[in-house]
Amino acid sequence: MSALRPDDRLRPRADAGADSGAGAGAGAGRLARLRPRSRRAAATALLALVAVIVAVVALGLGDYPLSPPEVLRALLGGDGFASTIVLQWRLPRVLAALLFGAALGASGAVFQSLTRNPLGSPDVIGFSTGAYTGAILVIVSGAASTIGTAAGALAGGLVTALVVYLLAWRRGVHGLRLIIVGIGVTALLHSVNSWLLLRAQAEVALSASFWGAGSLALVGWSELAPAAVLIAVLAVLVTGLARPLRQLELGDDAARAHGLRAEGSRLALVVVGVALTAVVTASTGPIVFVALAAPQLARRVVRSAGVPLVAAALVGGLLLLVADVVAQHVATSPVPVGLVTLVIGGLYLVSLLVAESRRTR
Amino acid sequence: MATTTPTGAAALPGPVRPSPRAARTRTRVVGLVAAVVLLAVALLLSLAVGARPVASADVVRVLVGLLPGGTAPAGVAPADVAAVVDLRLPRTVAAVVAGAGLGVAGAVVQAVTRNPLADPGILGVTAGSAFAVAIAVGFAGVTAASGWVWFSFAGAAVAAVAVSLIGGAGRSGGSPARLTLSGIALGAVLSGVTSSIVLADPRRFDAVRAWEVGSLADRGWGPVATVAPFVVAGIVVALLVSRPLDAVSLGDDHASSVGVSVPLVRVAALVVVTLLAGGATAVVGPVAFLGLMVAHAARGVVGASQPWTIGLSALLGPVLLLLADVLGRVVAPPGELAAGLVTAFIGAPVLVLVARRRTGGAR
Repeated sequence: MSALRPDDRLRPRADAGADSGAGAGAGAGRLARLRPRSRRAAATALLALVAVIVAVVALGLGDYPLSPPEVLRALLGGDGFASTIVLQWRLPRVLAALLFGAALGASGAVFQSLTRNPLGSPDVIGFSTGAYTGAILVIVSGAASTIGTAAGALAGGLVTALVVYLLAWRRGVHGLRLIIVGIGVTALLHSVNSWLLLRAQAEVALSASFWGAGSLALVGWSELAPAAVLIAVLAVLVTGLARPLRQLELGDDAARAHGLRAEGSRLALVVVGVALTAVVTASTGPIVFVALAAPQLARRVVRSAGVPLVAAALVGGLLLLVADVVAQHVATSPVPVGLVTLVIGGLYLVSLLVAESRRTR
Repeated sequence: MATTTPTGAAALPGPVRPSPRAARTRTRVVGLVAAVVLLAVALLLSLAVGARPVASADVVRVLVGLLPGGTAPAGVAPADVAAVVDLRLPRTVAAVVAGAGLGVAGAVVQAVTRNPLADPGILGVTAGSAFAVAIAVGFAGVTAASGWVWFSFAGAAVAAVAVSLIGGAGRSGGSPARLTLSGIALGAVLSGVTSSIVLADPRRFDAVRAWEVGSLADRGWGPVATVAPFVVAGIVVALLVSRPLDAVSLGDDHASSVGVSVPLVRVAALVVVTLLAGGATAVVGPVAFLGLMVAHAARGVVGASQPWTIGLSALLGPVLLLLADVLGRVVAPPGELAAGLVTAFIGAPVLVLVARRRTGGAR
């Protein structure tokens, strides 16, 4: 039986895509070769600009529609009613989408770099579901505070990460095995979560099961603020770890040659990566596939060989914001954003597999 | 794959010891008998256990009373009789039909894809059924189970074809893990859309919501009665093609060389999986991991023989689904955990184990 190694398969393709892209148009190609850094910066800035524009549009959507200029005026504290709507009702949700999406995107980037596998993101390998289990345990035990729930989610995510890696370990972590093991653990934890919710008192279960599919509907300023502080701290940590991450991407030996303590750096990255997912999950419930798709899309946008952290965060924020707009306004009645990302991400995964099988034929 | 020699070759060495073939046949028969006993126990438990426990002696008396010419048993509380006959009998029969369907579908799909990680749930086939049923209820205005069964079949067939195209498009038929991943991706898309449709109009979907998570509660006789003939037909076809399936499971070239038409067997397998998985889903909802577990357990007992594996799967599938359902009734009183969630809890570790064993080391 031939065991495929997607980590070897999918990776050269992405790099090859970048190469062929660079070689396609002579002018653009030369530009890309000459000044990759400034090109990447330009692409990243463009992403940020798009995110701002989409956010302004999203702030205007709803039962009380506002045009972008009206939104801007309301943001600056213009007329009373529109300001209330935008600042009190819509802004926390839009900011939450951007911020949480960015955290998920960065988390996905960290894990995809560490596992050197486009599918090695926390939602596919079960950390999100494990974080949710931890959060439910805290909520059900009655000690629910934002920090407590986040801590529970972090613990759940870390334990799940450990278990998945141990189970997938057999003379190294083989990419597809890691994913299948993660999927199994996800399914198992999903039943556990349902069981916990079923046993809990009705009203507790209601609030917990509301974010069973991951929803931003309950996020207001008071929920957003502590999560934002945590994410900011984690963002600083990730930035500090960006260089070791890049070196680990080249392999442990290369990293050690640069004087890096490979195991220590990897452990720190795993903890920060799980923490990013856990904070989001504690506030919204498991939102899947943003962490999977954002780094890969970002990589295509900025044509980088590795997984670009900042761009991945920006794409993640953008993805979740768009998904939330779809969740709120496209269906006949609002659905949890987690379902929208599930569908988008599933389609993305299917297209990934189709593209791969076409190439290998 | 399996390293077992074909049964014919196993008989070749001289008759010094009792032939391995006879020993194997004995193991198989013992396994089959044990499965029948297990099934009887599971049936009794399913009828006796619940929010209103009924003594097993009373259950038997109630059942005897139901036989032609039987009379209502004296000395059994009418509420007990009602619990057993009106509530638990339909869901027990539903579990038997759906469990047999999913178990045999798992065995067939594993054989034809030569994929030890295959299962109608994991490959997204049951998600396809559920999606089609949601469409039927939500947009085609179908409310009776007898109507949505057809959608369930169609959804299963389309999903099965789609997942084999996505996951097995390479000439080698794709690796087990890849096919599995394709099924999971497709299943994710379909279940996400299904949940969205259901959530968009909760009232209309009252009947579907419990069903969507794989629950057997309050199913009544409707879906089972409609589906049972198809499931029986599917099992019969599965047994008919089980010998050719044996050949196909050893490789396409091997199958062709012994005169088996591989495309024909594939089509037959598709029909079987559609009938069984589609039928089972129409009854119990999208249940994953059951076929995976059952097929592995059955093969572990009887060895590499499709006729025996399929036969034993048809018995073990109901056993597992019945026990999962019974367990779901008692773990979270007063609520019930859907049988589909219990099978996921038991079956997911099996997936992990098989993945560890079958997807090779880190070469």
